[in-house]
Order: sequence, then C-alpha cells, then structure tokens
Amino acid sequence: MKVLVPVKRVIDYNVKVRVKADGSGVDLANVKMSMNPFDEIAVEEAIRLKEAGKASEVIVVSIGVKQAQETLRTGLAMGADRAILVTAAEDVHEDIEPLAVAKILAAIVKEEEPGLVICGKQAIDNDLGATGQMLAALTGLAQATNANTLEVADDSATVAREVDGGLQTIKVSLPAIVTTDLRLNEPRYASLPNIMKAKKKPLDEKTPADYGVDVSPRLEVVKTAEPAARAAGIMVGSVDELVAKLKDAGAI
Amino acid sequence: MAVLLLAEITDGALSMDATAKAVAASAPLGDVTVLAVGSKAKDAAAEAATIAGVAKVLVAEDAIYGHRLAEPTAALIVSLAGNYSHIVAPATTDAKNILPRVAALLDVMVLSDVTSVVDADTFERPIYAGNAMQTVKSKDETKVITFRTSTFEAAATGGAAPVEDVAAAENPGLSEWLEDKVAESDRPELTSAKIVVSGGRGVGSEEDFAIIEALADKLGAAVGASRAAVDSGFAPNDWQVGQTGKVVAPDLYIACGISGAIQHLAGMKDSKVIVAINKDEEAPIFQVADFGLVADLFEAVPELTGKV
Repeated sequence: MKVLVPVKRVIDYNVKVRVKADGSGVDLANVKMSMNPFDEIAVEEAIRLKEAGKASEVIVVSIGVKQAQETLRTGLAMGADRAILVTAAEDVHEDIEPLAVAKILAAIVKEEEPGLVICGKQAIDNDLGATGQMLAALTGLAQATNANTLEVADDSATVAREVDGGLQTIKVSLPAIVTTDLRLNEPRYASLPNIMKAKKKPLDEKTPADYGVDVSPRLEVVKTAEPAARAAGIMVGSVDELVAKLKDAGAI
Repeated sequence: MAVLLLAEITDGALSMDATAKAVAASAPLGDVTVLAVGSKAKDAAAEAATIAGVAKVLVAEDAIYGHRLAEPTAALIVSLAGNYSHIVAPATTDAKNILPRVAALLDVMVLSDVTSVVDADTFERPIYAGNAMQTVKSKDETKVITFRTSTFEAAATGGAAPVEDVAAAENPGLSEWLEDKVAESDRPELTSAKIVVSGGRGVGSEEDFAIIEALADKLGAAVGASRAAVDSGFAPNDWQVGQTGKVVAPDLYIACGISGAIQHLAGMKDSKVIVAINKDEEAPIFQVADFGLVADLFEAVPELTGKV
C-alpha cells in the first residue's frame, strides 16, 4: 500500500508574523520557512506505517512555489521514498487555496492509487483546515479528521478523532483520507546521513496544467490588518490585591 | 438570499449557545433556516425553533446521522443546498469536519472561523494564529462558512419558527462509528463558560493540574490548558485553548503558569478580564493581562482558591 502525504511550505512557527504596510498580506520575503507542523506529523505517521510493514512506499507532494522543493527534501530526509513538486505559484505570497490543492491532489490520487492519504489538519498560515476534507469529497473517499491514533488493517483503518468533549473512534474503508492532530506522534529529526541520501531520492516536477486544474483563487483578499491590540493592564503585588481588583471590576 | 444553518447537536441535545451565536452571525445574510440532523433531532429542532431570527427549522432524523459522520451529513446538506446562498455553522469540530466536504462537493471554497460579516460576499477571519485579520471577498455563488462563536453574541429566544421534516439523503457508507470517549464533567463547557481557569507548562504534571481544577470548581469555571500543557500530557486535548484548540472569550480568564505563546493568545485574547499568574515577570502573557501577579503558582493559586 502506498501512502501519499501532502506537505506545505509555510512560515516557520517560531517566526514573528508581520503584516505588510500596504495591507496586502503578511510579509514572507526573507523569512524562515519550514514544513507545516501538522504535515510533519503526517510524514512521521506515514514513515511509521512503512517501518511497521503496513506501507510499501511513502510519497510526499507539495503544491506551491518551486522553493517547496526544500520542504519535500525534508520529508525525504525523514524517510519518504519519493516526491512530487507541483509548481503552481511564482511568488511566495501567492497562496494556493485548499480547493485547488485538493483538485490537484485528487488527480494525483487517481494516478498513484494510494491506500491512504495523510494530511495535516490545518496549515498554520491560512488556518483554513480544509484540504483533507475537500480531497475526500472530490475523490469520493472516507475522511477521518483530527486523528489522535491511527490503526491500519487490510481494507480499513480505525481512527480515534479529537472532537469537542473528548475522542470519537470511527472505522473508515480504505482508501481513505486522514488528517493529523497534535497528539498523533512526535515527528523525528532527520539525521545528517539521511539528509545527504535525500538529495538523491527522486523528485518529479509538475504543473497544475499537467493535471488540468485551474488554480485561480475564489477568494479575493480585500485587506490584511494587524489584530486590535489589548490595552496594557496593571501588576498586582499579592493575592489579596488581586482578589480586591477582581471584585472592583465585577469579575468575581 | 437565504441561509442554511447546521445546528450543533450532540446525542440529540442542541448546543443552544453555539447555535444561537451562529444564528446571530447569519442575521445580515438573509432568512435563516436551521437544519437539525441526528438519529434523534426532533427535540433539538423544537428548541432551535425558539431562537429569535430563525425562519424555519428542517429536521433530518435518521439512524445514519447518529454520530454526525461527515460523509452522510455532507451528502444531506448538498441535497438541500440549491435553495440557499449561504451554508453556515458554528465553528465546532463537527462543523469543521463536515462543511469543507460540503464546499468541495459544491465546487466552492470554504470560509473557516469567520469573525465578522462585512456584506453578503465579504467576511473577516483571522489568519496566522490570529496574528493578522484578513478580509476576503468570495466570488463563489454559494458561500460555505463556519463562524467563530466567541466573537458573536447569542441570538435571544422567544421565536416560534415552523418545523418541517426532510428526507434523509443517500448514505455513502464509507465510515462507521465505533465509540465515543467523552470526559464526564459537571463543569461548564469551555467555549460557553463565563469563567475559564487555564494551566500551562508551569503546572508541571497531570497530578498538579488538580490545583487549577480546584480553583475552577470554586469559581464554577471551565478548565483550559495551553498547547504546551497538552503536549506534555498534563491535560487532555479538548481542554486546549489556542489557535489549534478552542477559542474562548469568557468574562474572566485566569492563566496560571502560561507563558503566553502567540498561538495561545489567539485563543483567549478576546476575554473581558484576563488575569495572569506566572513566576517569570518577562512572560508575554503579562502584556495582554488586565491584572498580572508575579508569583509561584503553587502558592498563589491555592491561596486564591481560598479567598474567592
């Protein structure tokens, strides 16, 4: 069984986000970019399935600017077998919407016929949290989002999902689309020898036209602004003072 | 213009708070029809019919909707979609599972966690964990939206909308429910609680979270946690407050041993009054706190519990 893992190149989660002065978006020029953290969890889960003998091949795919090649190399260094880069944008500020991403992925699913697709539950840039569900819709496959645990059997997978109030366990027919939540696993760091080896692993380069997909956006960005700042508060010296202030404020 | 709103229903019970907030958010978009889906949904539908501003309630009661699996629920919504300009829901884990699937089936984009309605096509939503607010205009014919409930006031009750049955749609039969593990709790639900007491990495262990819970219980509050505390195994994931967890806006938020990472602030900065207790005076949480106390939480929190 092949496992397909879509990965996105996003601003590194430790980098402070700055809104561009002209309000057109967030400044991504010369900032550190990394693999979306939820996608790292997805790559790790796929590699573990391969190590457990349940997956035969792990394919990472990225859709975006050509520099996403670095993100794919990270996935290959972690242990994926090969990569597909779909160059769909020239400028790093051009975000390809989940609907277009899902259409390209659906075409790749048709071509590669993976038994499982593991996606991150959301990208930390646009925070839409939609690609996995949209891919499941377009391929007509089952979906199991926000996975906390994943067990794969011959023709089904059992997934415990993080939901409001606790966990919901469902069984999905394979092939299926699974999206990862935080507690699924802790991704490994790639070792130096594996980073060297990753440079020689195959990486196919494609374009959206190869899959017949139009990536023009459905949402037009009107403006991007800094969130409203909170006024600074005061420091209190003791619990007694805190209790008094809270009573004054009518908070307790 | 007309709105189809997926009511939040768990095991037959309507989540009034989330549903009424989504109704209020939808009011500028047209007549609101609420869709109540479940293996038992009639009582929830009757309750939803009392929300002011609801024009009609549709009930789809069928065993296949028992656990709100995404595939049959999305198929049902798509079967009804033709009559509506907007398909919306409160941004709960259920709706965030279902609505993107609906959007793709309709060949439209989804707008997640919308915090403000500018006009029928234009909406504001947070991006980058709330570090930027983006206003986007949709070119799609049907808008599929989840509303971040913490930024809307709940619509009042007192309405009496008519309730109609709708037929179940075909079940794609791709998934099957096995089990729910719901934490039993007498505490208020995190996203609708008036007071939230949260613990972070500084709490140090699962056992020591008891002091956070004791303060919460004294105040009749819900318990929250930072992502760091959840990652460290001190607290369950459904307590997580932040961009990757729940977004809350209670009247009072008490952060104990939480440094205030950007992603946590995104989940609680709209709270009315914020209290921070942390022994590190440089912690960024103090920059958003109305009242800050530099203290060891193991001393200050039990003392506070004794004095409130």
